[in-house]
Amino acid sequence: MSIHGLIYKGIDQVKGPLVIMRGVPGAAYEEVVRIYSEDGREWFGQVLEAGRDKIVIQVLGDTEGLDSNVMVRFTGTTLKIPVSDEMLGRVFNGAGEPIDGGPKIRADDIRDINGAPINPAKRDYPDEFIETGLSAIDGMLSLVRGQKLPIFSEAGLPHNEVAAQVARQAVVPGKAERFSIVFAAIGLKYDDVLYFRRQFEEFGALSRSILFLNLANDPVIERITTPRVALTAAEYLAFDLGMDVLVIITDMTNYCEALRELSSAREEVPSRKGYPGYMYSDLASIYERAGRIIGRPGSITFMPILTMPGGDLTHPIPDLTGYITEGQIFLDLDLHNRGIYPPINVLPSLSRLMKDGIGPGKTREDHKEVSDQLYAAYSQGTKARELVQIVGEAGLSPREKLYLEFARRFEREFVAQGFRERRSIEETLEIAWDILSILPEAELTRISEKTISKYHPKRRAAARVE
Amino acid sequence: MSELIYEKKGVIVHIKGPVVIAEGMRGARIREVVYVGDERLIGEIVRIEGDKAIIQVYEPTGGVKSGEPVERTGEPLSAELGPGLLGQVLDGLGRPLEVIAEEAGGPFITRGIKALTLPRDKKWHFTPLKRVGDEVVSGDVLGTVPEGSIIHKIMLPPTIEKAKILEIVPEGDYTIEEPIAIVEHIGGKEEIRMYHKWPVRTPRPFKEKLAPVELLVTGQRVIDTFFPIVKGGTSAVPGGFGTGKTVTLHQISKWADADVVVYVGCGERGNEMTDLLHTFPKLVDPKSGRPLLERSVLIANTSNMPVPAREASIFMGITYAEYYRDMGLHVVLTADSTSRWAEALRELSSRLEEIPSERGYPAYLPDYIASFYERAGRIKVSGDRDELGSVAVIGAVSPSGGDLNEPVTQHTMRYVGAFWALDKDLAFKRHFPSINWLRSFSKYTSGLKNWWIDNTGHDMMAYRDKAMDLLQRASSLEEVARVVGEAALSDENRLVLLSAELIKEGFLVQNAYHEVDTYCSPKKQALLLKTLLEFYDRTRPMIDAGVPISRIAEMRSLGALRRLKFIPEEEFEDAVKEALAQLESEISSLLAEVR
Repeated sequence: MSIHGLIYKGIDQVKGPLVIMRGVPGAAYEEVVRIYSEDGREWFGQVLEAGRDKIVIQVLGDTEGLDSNVMVRFTGTTLKIPVSDEMLGRVFNGAGEPIDGGPKIRADDIRDINGAPINPAKRDYPDEFIETGLSAIDGMLSLVRGQKLPIFSEAGLPHNEVAAQVARQAVVPGKAERFSIVFAAIGLKYDDVLYFRRQFEEFGALSRSILFLNLANDPVIERITTPRVALTAAEYLAFDLGMDVLVIITDMTNYCEALRELSSAREEVPSRKGYPGYMYSDLASIYERAGRIIGRPGSITFMPILTMPGGDLTHPIPDLTGYITEGQIFLDLDLHNRGIYPPINVLPSLSRLMKDGIGPGKTREDHKEVSDQLYAAYSQGTKARELVQIVGEAGLSPREKLYLEFARRFEREFVAQGFRERRSIEETLEIAWDILSILPEAELTRISEKTISKYHPKRRAAARVE
Repeated sequence: MSELIYEKKGVIVHIKGPVVIAEGMRGARIREVVYVGDERLIGEIVRIEGDKAIIQVYEPTGGVKSGEPVERTGEPLSAELGPGLLGQVLDGLGRPLEVIAEEAGGPFITRGIKALTLPRDKKWHFTPLKRVGDEVVSGDVLGTVPEGSIIHKIMLPPTIEKAKILEIVPEGDYTIEEPIAIVEHIGGKEEIRMYHKWPVRTPRPFKEKLAPVELLVTGQRVIDTFFPIVKGGTSAVPGGFGTGKTVTLHQISKWADADVVVYVGCGERGNEMTDLLHTFPKLVDPKSGRPLLERSVLIANTSNMPVPAREASIFMGITYAEYYRDMGLHVVLTADSTSRWAEALRELSSRLEEIPSERGYPAYLPDYIASFYERAGRIKVSGDRDELGSVAVIGAVSPSGGDLNEPVTQHTMRYVGAFWALDKDLAFKRHFPSINWLRSFSKYTSGLKNWWIDNTGHDMMAYRDKAMDLLQRASSLEEVARVVGEAALSDENRLVLLSAELIKEGFLVQNAYHEVDTYCSPKKQALLLKTLLEFYDRTRPMIDAGVPISRIAEMRSLGALRRLKFIPEEEFEDAVKEALAQLESEISSLLAEVR
């Protein structure tokens, strides 16, 4: 028996965001309910526990003013939003309702915000290089179409700028069409939102963007729905309409805090640092919605931003994220303080899908070897830098001094670039060779003799002389 | 005549996530499979209280209402075992993903899909090996069918202890549903088909467990030489994200000299499974010359697929592995990642409101981990035949925060024979595989001395000890150098660092994506390590003769030695000779200079 459409009067208990009702058989798990008070206020909720004798409802939004006399209407459906290409250029809240004063969306379809898992056998493997124009990313952490690559940042670092620059510059070489952008703000300050809005406006992307905003003073509980609503819209654009969609969600740390708050209200057994034990699976149900599907032209490339509490990479939020996403872009406070933009520390950064997105026909045949060599050499250089702190530069061997210089030039010339500077992959690789050439050839162990003879600046100079 | 049967249907009274409570379930058994609700979602009974059954549901339960029915099947969660498993890509419940896609009518996995593991319409060429009147015992081979790269043995199922063959079909093509024999046993007559079902949580029987002694060649130098695993052995690969767990497991699945590989992707990334699905059909098994996919069973229960099915997927996988083992084959099972499996257990335990132990995991976590690894082993197969089979189990562990002291890593360590500790610092340097040589172990090394001598003609374990000694010395010297700087060390000590660096770069670092370097045969491994060790032996006297270390470090032959690993097998011996000759001539000219 369904109780679809029935209205019950009176609830038994309110506990934080949870409402408990007894004697309401037939409620469905995850069913959406609407709650009305006698003075005309309205809430929105979802069934968390559906029992014959007792049901638990999670109320979305502020529960202030709820009393035991409210009326509860069961809608018979789970949380769904209308989707349509009319959403492009519009602004919505975390529940998917327009907040830009414009008309309601005429739905092409109604979709469950939880989506459904993509069948792994129907995924198309992401292997198309996206040129972001940022050397540190293109050269060392190449992004591919359909990848999920988060930015691990800290409060005060320019993650918004990096994300905006990627959104502005990203192209798939050889493809005329630009990325559509789905942007979701979770618990953000209004000026951060304004920044993104102005950026999108400035580079003319507003008409191909959808914005979902849950601001710092919006209901905490809607932070749970915001990324799901945004990805539901993104899936429609990508897999129904065939668009390449870049999804930027910021800040996932606020999402996880909301999850913890909710879990604690439900009196669940906590795991590390009070976060629920299912946070890994919960995050996976969001991140894994990125990708490509066989036989469908579109894609979802996903760049979530999270701020690591205390800059700690082992904190549960970046830790669990790193286990799900296909790499991470790590922003570093130390580089930032030394005035390097973008402050990307490539050593703890990684792109897992890079190997298949680069090489001959995609970027250049020497790309993989060059990036491996840059990693190895930069790592030596940072080791030498640590040593300087202890023994002073005079205590270094000539080889260590060379690597120290390498690290300095790598950061100043390769990583650092302007906010409006867009480098092609060729330019990026040329800079790389230029700084690698300060090392003796015997040190270039990650590069084959063949590649060295073709690309090494000294060899090319010698070839020109001959 | 009628007999009293228990109620086959119950009624849902409570739903909370994947846990559903149903009433009217008297007679239901623990671990019985049930169909839940109007959509008939697959579930398993995990607890019984009076006539109430507590069910874990393997599919999302959104929209399920109290009052909907629960239907019992009377059977525990079972695997279908028979020809047609190899080359399959299944979900955690044994449903082929392709069939799911057809049934769902799209690329997204919908609910309530029923799909059988083995194809029912495919005909297999059966050749009988027994005749009418033969007495057979469980495990005896009734006949064979060719499947992929192996000969699939159709065995008398373990459920029939002893029987007499009344009828057996002649050689020909049959589907798995057609009876191929009729046997008579204590319980009466029974038709035998080419497949049977086996409960996944029950280990399959065998005659005797033997000590594992044969190297499982993985072609990965740091593993085979330094921390080997054997056929029938166990190993764990713990490492934080980005340290290369998955690549290591993929490499082993590709290159291990096993007959059958079962890969369980348990709670991991969707694109990693896609990667396997893309590469396995293209890669060729060097032994059989056929696509790798034909010797593999892939189980994909990715992180966004229902959590309870993760728990089932590992047992499903090990049951498939045991089945092929029973044919006298060598099987490797890789599970990525056992931590996600343990987390699924934790989640369920918390929903059942059990008292948590360490970090929220249930107190029975160690038993669960043991029950999985203990199903590995090298065994004498059942039946009247003298054959050996083995299952090696390699499990990735994803410790939270990269901390190896967390419960899953710690409990796993107690049950495995080899432990490959992946290291974040090595990974940051792009030193892959990032297996830390000071923190890893293998209990199998001592038993493999003779294997190496017999198979390569080299006393590899002696080379290993020598190399380990160099690496250990280098590691403590590095500690010192971190304080005083490398320049302050004596030339003698700096040569140790240089030689250890050569072993790291030239031997331990192996590029999984390099055409040649991705696989290194035991023979090549032995010769390579021997050659690299010679560098230290030959340059050591130069220090006493007064050649400065900086000149030794500049020798061009050092570069050649570092790159030796990239030389293909056929040209390898010549390249080694050439590199050593170059080294020798450089040494002589440097010595001549100081004289």
